[in-house]
Amino acid sequence: MYDRSAKLSAKGVVIEYWLQRSRTLFTAVQGVDLTVRPGELLAIVGPSGCGKTTFLNAVDGLIPIAGGNLTLDGREITRPGPDRAMVFQQPGLLPWRTVLGNVIFGVEAQGTMSKKESIARAKHQIELVGLAGFEDAYPLELSGGMQQRVNLARALLTDPEMLLLDEPFAALDAQTREMMQLELLKIWSQTRKTALFITHDIKEAIYLSDRVIVFTRRPGRVKDEVEIKLSRPRDLRVKRDPQFLTYEDRIWESIQEELAVPAERLIAGVPAA
Amino acid sequence: MSIKEADRVLPVTAGESNATREKRSVVQPSRIKQYEPLVLGTVSVVLALTAWQLVANARIYSILFLPGPWDVAQAFVKLFQTDDIWLDIGTSGMEMGIGYGMAIGVGLVLGMLMGWYTRFQYALDPFVNFFYSTPRIVLIPLFILWWGIEMPPKIAVIFLGALFPIIINTMAGVRNTEAALLRVARSFGASDALIFRRVVLPGSVPFILTGFRLGIGHALTGVVVAELIAAKHGVGQIIAIAGQTFQTPKMLAGVILIACTGMLLTTILQRIENRFQTWRPQIR
Ligand SMILES: Nc1ncnc2c1ncn2[C@@H]1O[C@H](COP(=O)(O)OP(=O)(O)OP(=O)(O)O)[C@@H](O)[C@H]1O
Ligand SMILES: [Mg+2]
Repeated sequence: MYDRSAKLSAKGVVIEYWLQRSRTLFTAVQGVDLTVRPGELLAIVGPSGCGKTTFLNAVDGLIPIAGGNLTLDGREITRPGPDRAMVFQQPGLLPWRTVLGNVIFGVEAQGTMSKKESIARAKHQIELVGLAGFEDAYPLELSGGMQQRVNLARALLTDPEMLLLDEPFAALDAQTREMMQLELLKIWSQTRKTALFITHDIKEAIYLSDRVIVFTRRPGRVKDEVEIKLSRPRDLRVKRDPQFLTYEDRIWESIQEELAVPAERLIAGVPAA
Repeated sequence: MSIKEADRVLPVTAGESNATREKRSVVQPSRIKQYEPLVLGTVSVVLALTAWQLVANARIYSILFLPGPWDVAQAFVKLFQTDDIWLDIGTSGMEMGIGYGMAIGVGLVLGMLMGWYTRFQYALDPFVNFFYSTPRIVLIPLFILWWGIEMPPKIAVIFLGALFPIIINTMAGVRNTEAALLRVARSFGASDALIFRRVVLPGSVPFILTGFRLGIGHALTGVVVAELIAAKHGVGQIIAIAGQTFQTPKMLAGVILIACTGMLLTTILQRIENRFQTWRPQIR
């Protein structure tokens, strides 16, 4: 049943959390079916708390799945691997390491590259994300946007087959965010890595991706799927294109429907997201 | 991609690079501000000593009850002219060195193990809590009974004094590792050993050094009290004998010697701590 054209394939993926306090199992994701094609940039949007981060963590191999199957290139995902790299919502930089030290941390953890080589490549990678001249700065001396660039560079340096991004620009102001979107598109168009991008921002999802997946409210499932047929390369003007707005309306409606679902579908005793 | 392109897309970083990097703080502190702690500290100490000298000079109380700073200074110089002083300092120093060194070694290992392995902590917690809430100096008579009045009982009490603050702080440091950093490390497939060395340990340094600093206080208390009770040589012994023979200035000279040792060690640790903190921007 494995789809040969898929990079990542999720079939009926169920993810549960064990709630220690109430001693119950809590279903965060209930039967997600989706595929990500090689070289595709796929965005996932959905109401807050619907299990997007949870799903992405499972793809990264940080948490196990309780049901269904989740495969990368046909192999089951059981743990983190060098074929995937995550760009976290919070930058998660080591405060005592410089920009350079943080960018090499990913490959250092994987133990796949010599120190010398990693430093040489990291310098190039730092340039690529627009941080040239800041190699020796510490994270606390950087702005939020610059910290996210380090976060991105660290993931890119591991040269993964698939890039996982969990709302990487959510904490940034509108201008910086647009700049980072441009930057990401540029890097993505050069490398054509398969990417799974999670966001709350519908415009961001449409602007970046080839396809947008809408999740239902918790427990999350795939509700809708919108193919984005805007030509590439895209500049920021595409956000005012009539076709763009049509996509935006459709996705917005879809999420609104979810937010309006009657409360009975909520599971009682659920913690705040 | 050419560098030019990057510049066009990212005007902010291009202009920022030189201006903000050179100075770590927003405003460079003025010269006066820089020396403020030193100047104010010196002034207040001088004032206090003067007041003390004036009160002592009035001789409302005899030199036995209240010697002035000058008397103490003279006693201090005389102390260093005696033959035994270096034997005393050497004895106390050696006791400190061995006891405190052992406390660092054992404390670090146990603290890390207890922080990293929850089961290890469960097993050792009762002992750590018991000893930490008992003033360890009350065990001195027992140690003297076991090992006599030479070095071993002192080493034991210094060791126990410094050990528990070091264990507890090291453990807290390991425990306080940010979950987000652990998640990042795991996501990149880091081994447990690498996570420990590169994430947990560097993050624990401030805690560990705080433990060391608290340990110094406990260790110095241990050495002096142990020598007060029974000893052949040692700075605590100088204080004890001077006190019993009513040589108050000499006694205070001994006290100052201990205090200076404590301050010196604390300053050294502070320096080490600062070296590990260059990444932290100044608060003011
Ligand atoms: N470690 C955890 N333990 C227990 N429950 C959790 C845990 N992490 C998440 N959850 C629950 O799982 C559900 C999905 O959480 P998740 O973080 O995946 O949502 P999300 O879609 O990423 O939300 P947001 O868009 O707000 O980031 C939430 O209801 C949350 O309460
Ligand atoms: Mg999330």
